[in-house]
Amino acid sequence: MVQRYNFSERLMHWLTALSYTYCLSTGLAFYTPHLFWLAVILGGGPTSRFWHPIIGVAFFIIALWMHSAWRGDMKMTETDKRWLDRSKDYASNHDEVLPPQERFNGGQKLFYWLMYYGAFFLLLSGIFIWFPEYISFNLAWVRTLMILIHEIAALATIGGFIIHVYMSVFFVPGSVEAMTTGYVPERWARAHHKLWFIRMTGGEAPSKE
Amino acid sequence: MANGPLEIKAISGHAGPVPGRDTSRDYDVCKFIDVTTCIGCKACEVACLEWNGYPFRETVFDNTYQTMPDLAWNYYNLIRFNEHVADDGTLSWLMRKDGCMHCADPGCLRACPADGAIVQYANGIVDFNQDHCIGCQYCVTGCPFNIPKFNSETKKVHKCTLCSDRVGAGLEPACIKACPTGCLHFGSKDDMKDLAEKRVKQLHEHTSHKNAGVYDPPGVGGTHVIYVLHDIEHPERYGGLPKDPHVPLLVRIWKGPLKWLGNLAMAAGILGVAAHYVRFGPKKEDEEPKGAVK
Repeated sequence: MVQRYNFSERLMHWLTALSYTYCLSTGLAFYTPHLFWLAVILGGGPTSRFWHPIIGVAFFIIALWMHSAWRGDMKMTETDKRWLDRSKDYASNHDEVLPPQERFNGGQKLFYWLMYYGAFFLLLSGIFIWFPEYISFNLAWVRTLMILIHEIAALATIGGFIIHVYMSVFFVPGSVEAMTTGYVPERWARAHHKLWFIRMTGGEAPSKE
Repeated sequence: MANGPLEIKAISGHAGPVPGRDTSRDYDVCKFIDVTTCIGCKACEVACLEWNGYPFRETVFDNTYQTMPDLAWNYYNLIRFNEHVADDGTLSWLMRKDGCMHCADPGCLRACPADGAIVQYANGIVDFNQDHCIGCQYCVTGCPFNIPKFNSETKKVHKCTLCSDRVGAGLEPACIKACPTGCLHFGSKDDMKDLAEKRVKQLHEHTSHKNAGVYDPPGVGGTHVIYVLHDIEHPERYGGLPKDPHVPLLVRIWKGPLKWLGNLAMAAGILGVAAHYVRFGPKKEDEEPKGAVK
């Protein structure tokens, strides 16, 4: 077995997951009447309105912590771009034609940056929605604009979130164990993140292709 | 108005038809404010506070007759006082009773995300139900008249109810009852429109207010509070009454297309990944890439 995520990485992942999911559920309740029941089961509308921004700020702070840990690993490289060009083959399980990947592949990095920049947009627009009473009536359009930005940014992260959960839970077996126990089998590491596996274990050089 | 279900259907031992049979009833209520006869006495403010059980607020002296700068969560009704100097140098004192307009197309209701926090009654009254209010203040953003006010302690928003509790019992709103000059009227929308038009005609014929008119803005579908203004061309002179109020375009986009597009996209995303799983299934790392190290 190879250690893929250490304890603090797993902790930050699950803290962002928890805070994001809370904001997602309460946010969807405010977003559409069809999902207002989410706020009801989470303690009621006023409670949800009170905690949503506070948990949102917590999400942002943990995301910054995560950034300090993963910033280096998440840099887009030429290999990532070649991988992304062939992401169709990845999606259709033709992994043999893909370039070998470092610790994170191009798709994971895209998701990471989507959530990272999404968090900034959500925080900045969210502050305006949190304290609308400080924005004068003449600037009411700013309030609405911020709500629009908040919702569009949220929808973008929701798209990424759906794919992220699907891939980790269903599409790539072993991912959940990696994020819960921290360890992955060598076989898994070699198949999905060969360059990282070699770097971690000092394994043999990759074949030329 | 409010006693539709209590309309008499049959009467025992009664010769002849039931009184009121086959008459049409107008359920739309309306408050008509004739600002040309308002003297700014603020009796309506006091009546409003008394009926709703709020204490009088501290007044703020700003060198005019304006008693306080704005409406508040516990102050639904405020006379806005403005001195207007016309081109010929004549001075007019413009006084307008400000409060919720009870729009037929209420921006507050459109914007509100909380189930049941804002209701619009069939008689036109738009009412806030604080029990269901979550304190997000989206209604403040949706209102083109800057009416709903937030109580930061209870995190609830309040505004004029058009005395829905009184109207429901067949009474007129408290402010109407208190007005000493008769500048406030209450009745069916048609009757009030009619009365307002008559007053405008009177102003045209007997005074110098040739621009007098009825303020019942069509941009919000008409309102259940209407004004007669001396000069309908310049409603903004009366303490910022908007000339052509609408539910803001951004609010309509946000509550219209963005909602169903977003819902559709989220549903499509979930269906999409499910379809992907059915088509391709999970990855198997046993099928190692060609030339894999072993």
